[in-house]
Parts: sequence; structure tokens; C-alpha cells
Amino acid sequence: MTRFQLTTGKRERRRLRTNSFMTALFSVAGWVAILFITLIFAFTFKETLPIFTDPEVQKEANFHAFFFKAVEGPTITDRYIWQPTSDVPKVSLIPIILGTLKSTFVGLLFACPLGVAAALFSSEFAPVKLREIVKPVIELLAGIPSVVLGFFALIVLATWFQQVFGFTYRLNAYNAGVALGIALIPIIFTISEDGLAAVPRAYREASFALGASRFQTAWKVVMPAAAPAIFASFVLAFGRAIGETMILLMAGGNAAITSFALTDPLRTLSATIAAELGEVVVGSAHYASLFFMGTLLFVITFISNTAGQLVIKRMQTRMQGEKA
Amino acid sequence: MNAETVIGRIVSVSALSLALACGGERAAAPADGGASAPESQSSKPVTIKGSDTMVVLGQRLAEEYMKANPSAVIQVNGGGSGTGIAALINGTADLAQSSRSMKSDELEKAKQSRGAEIVETPVALDALAVFVHSVNPVKSLTIQQIAGIYGGKTKNWKDVGGSNAPIIIYGRESSSGTYDYFREHVLNKGDFVPTVQTLQGTAAIINAVSRDKNGIGYGGIAYAKEVRAIGIKGDKGVVEPSIGTVADGSYPLSRKLFFYYPSNAPERVTQFVQWSLGPEAQALVTDVGYFPLATTASTATATTTGGTATQTQ
Repeated sequence: MTRFQLTTGKRERRRLRTNSFMTALFSVAGWVAILFITLIFAFTFKETLPIFTDPEVQKEANFHAFFFKAVEGPTITDRYIWQPTSDVPKVSLIPIILGTLKSTFVGLLFACPLGVAAALFSSEFAPVKLREIVKPVIELLAGIPSVVLGFFALIVLATWFQQVFGFTYRLNAYNAGVALGIALIPIIFTISEDGLAAVPRAYREASFALGASRFQTAWKVVMPAAAPAIFASFVLAFGRAIGETMILLMAGGNAAITSFALTDPLRTLSATIAAELGEVVVGSAHYASLFFMGTLLFVITFISNTAGQLVIKRMQTRMQGEKA
Repeated sequence: MNAETVIGRIVSVSALSLALACGGERAAAPADGGASAPESQSSKPVTIKGSDTMVVLGQRLAEEYMKANPSAVIQVNGGGSGTGIAALINGTADLAQSSRSMKSDELEKAKQSRGAEIVETPVALDALAVFVHSVNPVKSLTIQQIAGIYGGKTKNWKDVGGSNAPIIIYGRESSSGTYDYFREHVLNKGDFVPTVQTLQGTAAIINAVSRDKNGIGYGGIAYAKEVRAIGIKGDKGVVEPSIGTVADGSYPLSRKLFFYYPSNAPERVTQFVQWSLGPEAQALVTDVGYFPLATTASTATATTTGGTATQTQ
């Protein structure tokens, strides 16, 4: 203590002042981020509120109409319909939620194996020089604006898929999902790669010492050890996939069809908001419905992120328990 | 090329969001009843927003107008007729381009917020064409057949005289004036079948149909490149969309394209509108693929809105 007091000169005081100033600055930045999130959610929810309070809006848009109400029709496609601007407005969210799930499913199915495999290659197999090329190039993928990806899928990918697979519809869940997957790969790659690289050297050395090959080591030792990070990357990718707008607006075909077929065009929650919010009458049932979709997206990502965090924590403690 | 027009649209969409962001501050001046300072008037931009069908037309008019009047600045954005009208109502646009008439409740709202009558001025005629792929053997359809396709009753090209293949339907999103027009005049206010793929802009529809052998789409005739605009079969035979059939009114799917602005709009707005109705501008209308206002091309059309007649010239 006495030694410190001796050195508390002018420079030291300035250092301490800078220190406390920067601490305050960073905590303000942190709190501002939290404030923004809260305000955005409050605004979205406020615009959704008429669905619960305004009887005029409730006549058209309510929970029953969103999730259960079906019109007469021979097939499921004719029963659940999103047509808010019709003379008889129909606001079933079923086709749109289904579309969102379809594109997310295909996107994750495409991106997860590719992203993790690329991360394994980069961290376990690639020579250092190649790794220095592969890593930044894949991370550069994240910098491609989604409108460019969407445009590519709309013009090039869709035609190519149709020629190869003979799809009836050019724009379908495969096309949209693969384009979405391209946007998801860098997320999965970056986080998984960091996780794999963080696995202690001792794990690999122990595995090699026991006679395991490089592949066995990567697959059975390193990857399980990095499982929390890999899982975290999936959760983040899911959040991005659910909320991604432009790619799906352009490459998904935007037809709100209640169909499980991945070869049909689809329409997602985010694309519906983007396409329709521009012309909607403020305060109408249609307007409130679009904001309800926004709230729904918010809640879904919130739940998935929280659930993801919980699972990651459990995996981490399990891993550490094994180590001890 | 189509790719260019689609990119152009993307650019105009991003420009739109920019304009949305900076339009707010500017909006106050015209809403105050032309209280804008006279010295800044000439350089102040005229913001035009609305119909995607009219974006190209508006931009060509603005370019030529700005060439003739170097001090004038005109910004043209798309977004759909509904978007433009909404912008006129909330004051973020000086002038709305619309491919449909404003509804009475919209006129009322705009009148209240702008503090003046809204003037409706037709600037051009447009023929709404139905497009198919150039190899499609179907050369013409009746309005009922088109309604059958878009209403979901007709699902296969062989039912309307084509080959045995499913019909892939493309349409516009609901903020589009073209969507409204089509729903009203073809579907008789009925519903579109859910399998209609809604695309952003006529250029996107042309693009999709030109790549889809079994596709069908609709939009302004000006965009019909690399696809075939089919004839409409009626009582008196097939009518092809052309300048003649639109001008004489025999083509059933033709419509007026409008400018909407408040009657208290500053001079920089009214001057542009007047110029747009002149012979020079009407020649541009033909250039971009629309039709000049029939016979009365150069005389301004005075239209009644909200009860009182408002002269535009």
C-alpha cells in the first residue's frame, strides 16, 4: 500500500482518471444498447396492442384468426389463407409461419454441416498457409449484402436449380434456403472455428499418443470438446435465418401457400412485413397484424437465444465436470 | 437488359429509404401552405414518390425537366402507388405518382393534413398487359380466362388452349396500384389464389416470366421486353395492346396514370406538372413505352376532387 502511495504522481493520477472515465463510457454504451432493445420491443409491442384491446381491430385480427380460423376448402392450402387486403380479410399466419420454418429448415440443413466441416478443416487439417486464405475468405462471405445474395438466387441459382432438378416453381424453399444458407455459413464457421481452435493442445496430444489418427482426433476428441461453441453457432444462425428478410423476399417467391412441400414457393414473416408495411393504413387490423408478426419474430429469437444459452451452459459444465 | 432494370429498382428502393429518412424535415414547409422562403425555392428539391409502374416515366420527365431548368432538383422514388399516396398524406412527398385513383378516404385524409384540396392530373395512359413466355403457344385469353387463372380455377395451360403444363402465376405485392387495378378489373374484386408469387415491381415479373416457360404475369406494357404480351379476347375478337387500341379505348385493360399534389403546392411543383403535360414531355411518355393522353394531349385536364373543381392550368 505504502509503495503505491509513493508512486501516485501526476501521471498515475491521470492514468486512474482515464481509467474511470473509460469505464463509465463503456458502461454507458452497454446500457444504451439495452435501452435501444427495450425501446424497440416496447414500440413493436405497443403497435401490436390493439389486437388485445381494440374491439374494432379484434373483429378482423385476433388469436383465433391468426392461428386457427380456416375457410371452407377442399385442401389445406385453401383453408389457411393470408389475404388481409381482400374484401373479406383473411389473416391466417399458418402459411407464413410454415414458410418461415421451411426456409429456416433448408437454410440450416445446408449451412450447418458445411459450416462445421469447413471449421474442422480450417482448424484441424488445413496447412497454415491455406488456413490463412480459407478463414478470411469464408468470413468475407458475411460481408456480402443479403440483397446481393437474394438477387443472385433470383436470377442465377433459381434457373440453375430448375434445370438440374426440374422444379415446377423456379422460386421455392430449396432455392431460398440455399441462398439463406450461404448467409448462415460464415456465422457457423466463425464461431465453430473459434471454439475448435480454443480446444487445448493437450487433448489432441493425448489422442495422438493413444494412437488415434488425425481424423479420429478431430471427429471424436476436438469436435465434442468444442460442442458448446458449435451449438452456439447453430443458435445464432437460427436467429439470423428466422429474421432474414431480403434474401427470402427476392428468392422465396412470396406466395403465402399452406404447404409442406419444399418445392413450393414460400413467404416468410419478415418478408411479409417488408412487402406490406409500406402501404398499410396505420392503426388498421392489417397494420396491427404485421406488428404482431414482428413481435412473434422477436419472441421466437428471444426464446431460441435464451434456450441456446441454457443448453450451452449445461454442456460447458458437463464438459468441465468430465475434465475434473 | 432486365438485370439492369432490377438493379435500378433496388437502387431506387434504397434511395427511397434514404428519402424517407431525410424527407421528414423538408415536409414541414409545403404543409405550412407554401410558406417556404422564396430565395431557396428554386433549388429546393421536388420529392416525387409512388407507383413503381411510373418510376421510369417520372425519372425521364425529371431528367429532361432538370436539363431544361438547371436550377430545379427533382427526386423520384418508387414504392408503389399506396406508398406514394401515404407519403403525400404524411407530407414526405410533394407529389404522388399513382397508377390508380385516390380513394375518397385517402383524399379526405390528405386534404386534412395538407390543408388544401388534392389535385388529380392524368399524365399518361398505360395499358396493363398480361405476359407469357415467348415460346408459350397461347396467343390470347379472355378476361374470364385470366380471372380463372389468377382466381385459382384454372391450373393447367391445356385448359386455356396451351400445352399440358402447370401455370406458374406471378403478381404484384398488395401495395402496388397495378395489383389494385388488376384485382378490380380482372378479378372483379375477388381474391387472388394463394399460389400467386408476389414480386417486387413489374421488372421483376418480366424477369421471372422470361425465365419461366409456364409463367404468366401482368404489368405495364412499357416493360414488355423478352416476354410476349398476349391479346385480350372479347366479343369483337382479339385486341392486342398497342397505341391504337389504347387510344381508341378498345383495349379493355388500359388505365390513366396520375399525378397527385395539394393545390397549395409551391410553384416548383406546379411548374413541373404543367411542363409534364406539354408536347415535349408527352413525347417522352411515348419514349418510355406509355401512351400520351389521347387527343387532348397538350391541354391540361381539370378534375374534380372533394367536391370543388380544381384547375391545373
